Amino acid sequence: MRAFISSVYLFLYAPIALVVLFSFNAGRNASEFTGFSTAWYAKALSNTFLVSALQNSLIIAFTSAALAAVFGTMAALGMERLSSRMRALFDALFAAAIVVPGVVIGIATLVALVAVFSFVNPTIAALWPGDQPPRLGLGYGSIIAAHGLFSMALVAMIVKARIASLGRDIVEASSDLYATPLTTFRLIVLPQILPSILAGFLLAFTFSFDDFIIAFFVAGSKTTLPIYVFASIRRGVTPEINAIATLVLVASLLLILTARVLMREKKSKSGE
Amino acid sequence: MTSASTNDIEFRSVAKRYGSVTAVSDINLAVPQGAFVALLGPSGCGKTTCLRMIGGFEQPSEGMVYIGGQPMNGVPAYRRPVNMVFQQYALFPHLDVEQNVAYGLKQMRPRAATAEIVRRTQEALEMVRLGGFGKRRIHEMSGGQQQRVALARAIVNKPKVLLLDEPLAALDKKLRTAMQIELQSLQRELGITFLLVTHDQEEALSMSDLVCVMSTGRVVQMGPPQEIYDRPASLFVADFVGKTNRIAATIEPGAGSVRLANGVGLSKPARANGTVGAAMVAVRPEAISLVRNGTATLQGTVTHRMFLGSTVEYSVEVEGLGDFLVTADRRNESELAEPGERIGLNFDPNAMHVFPA
Ligand SMILES: Nc1ncnc2c1ncn2[C@@H]1O[C@H](COP(=O)(O)OP(=O)(O)OP(=O)(O)O)[C@@H](O)[C@H]1O
Ligand SMILES: [Mg+2]
Repeated sequence: MRAFISSVYLFLYAPIALVVLFSFNAGRNASEFTGFSTAWYAKALSNTFLVSALQNSLIIAFTSAALAAVFGTMAALGMERLSSRMRALFDALFAAAIVVPGVVIGIATLVALVAVFSFVNPTIAALWPGDQPPRLGLGYGSIIAAHGLFSMALVAMIVKARIASLGRDIVEASSDLYATPLTTFRLIVLPQILPSILAGFLLAFTFSFDDFIIAFFVAGSKTTLPIYVFASIRRGVTPEINAIATLVLVASLLLILTARVLMREKKSKSGE
Repeated sequence: MTSASTNDIEFRSVAKRYGSVTAVSDINLAVPQGAFVALLGPSGCGKTTCLRMIGGFEQPSEGMVYIGGQPMNGVPAYRRPVNMVFQQYALFPHLDVEQNVAYGLKQMRPRAATAEIVRRTQEALEMVRLGGFGKRRIHEMSGGQQQRVALARAIVNKPKVLLLDEPLAALDKKLRTAMQIELQSLQRELGITFLLVTHDQEEALSMSDLVCVMSTGRVVQMGPPQEIYDRPASLFVADFVGKTNRIAATIEPGAGSVRLANGVGLSKPARANGTVGAAMVAVRPEAISLVRNGTATLQGTVTHRMFLGSTVEYSVEVEGLGDFLVTADRRNESELAEPGERIGLNFDPNAMHVFPA
């Protein structure tokens, strides 16, 4: 039994450990470790294609996570006011959105966007006074929309759990002490749900930054980091790819750990 | 009913329904300025609902609520000149003690000068004996201290009325008694009207100037504690406020008499005006005295004895009437009665409260 568990962990982590190890390999050969070196990191970071893919990924991750944080929080707050039946319905819808496979979200978003574009673009062209009407197409916008929509459900679930643990007492107490609803939100509710919003933002950021499947469907000509890695793998695994993978791994782990700490802190506080 | 201007709070035919559930109905209530009023009743009778309609967290389904003579229907909680001490304190966990107490002053418009806010905050903390605790976090305070913070946070605003929803329920008995005394002297000192919700009749009787007894969503009696205790308006009040013995009886017409279920006839108490026919008679345990020899109103057998220190409680079985509870003051007794002993029960017919059955 112990051997079995060990081998499960070995299968899970050995490949990852190898990727990290070989990213520091001095040689180019992926089968033998010929000495420690950070040369591949330098090489990766001087690769303009890669850097621009990284930039795209960061912009998309940041924007979609920020949108998800704002709208997810708004959704969570709005759901507080629903009747219990409607709330259960929206709860189920959010939960469903999170478990829908990426492939399905990717295809569905692509189909939906293409349908919208085929209606909107001719309309704009007809109304546009000049010769060069702007055309909507796949790119930043579509990836941000697809990621943002998915992570909005994520943020809403996390923030909602926090709101539920707040109780209506302190909101009423604030209102009893002459604070208008807006002030109550600013001084009482927001400070207490902020860690969960931040945690949601970080998880959304990590999700978007790592996502390949959805982005692949709706990226159009834009290249995100995972798409770049996928494309360059066809030319063989180089230590440069290993270096990128290691960087992404470390960044993701840091973000997720921070998110967990933020969510844990909220628990110990509400437990008092 | 007195005019609204002399009452800090007034309910006129107020009802509150949640869907098909009627929480309270036909509430008429007047809380005079500067009084300490207790809202007393069993669980679920609608005490909290009444308090929340004053605080502005619920709107009445029917009728009008006035604060200081002003109609309050539709006025949100943050524009009402009353403050509430919540049962679970509802302190803001992310603010320290001082910030909690100063919260209302900072939100009040027009806003007081900062120096004034600081001064009043300190004053309120001193008043609840928490001077020097200002910089503590809420979770660093004990339950009793949190209770005081909640109190300071409310009184610092000098509200017209302070609403307290079972503020002492979570404290142990000793702390509760101490806080009862403190609340009372605080109320005298501040001259603010206090409206205290409780289901503890002793608390209600000992602390307040006026007790308002509620039952199943209605006010059943309102008056000074003594009046509530000595002249309960119904069997429910007699039962709920203090202990009481119920005796089935028949009231004979005219100047006649009260015939107890076991056939014993007693003269009718002066208060029992028009009641005729089947009735319930209530007698307080301390109104009954036990007599060893000589004539007594009733005869019975001691079944239990409970020693309570300065008093002793007996359970005495009277044939045809059931068990009687008798409280004896030890100073008047040379010797305790023993279980199994035959004994006489005596009471003044005027100590009987007669209610239609
Ligand atoms: N939000 C609500 N929705 C439905 N029914 C309610 C609601 N709030 C109160 N009630 C009902 O109204 C009645 C009165 O409730 P209330 O809380 O005023 O009682 P209470 O006298 O304060 O009781 P307790 O001593 O247990 O606190 C109860 O039957 C309760 O079930
Ligand atoms: Mg209550």
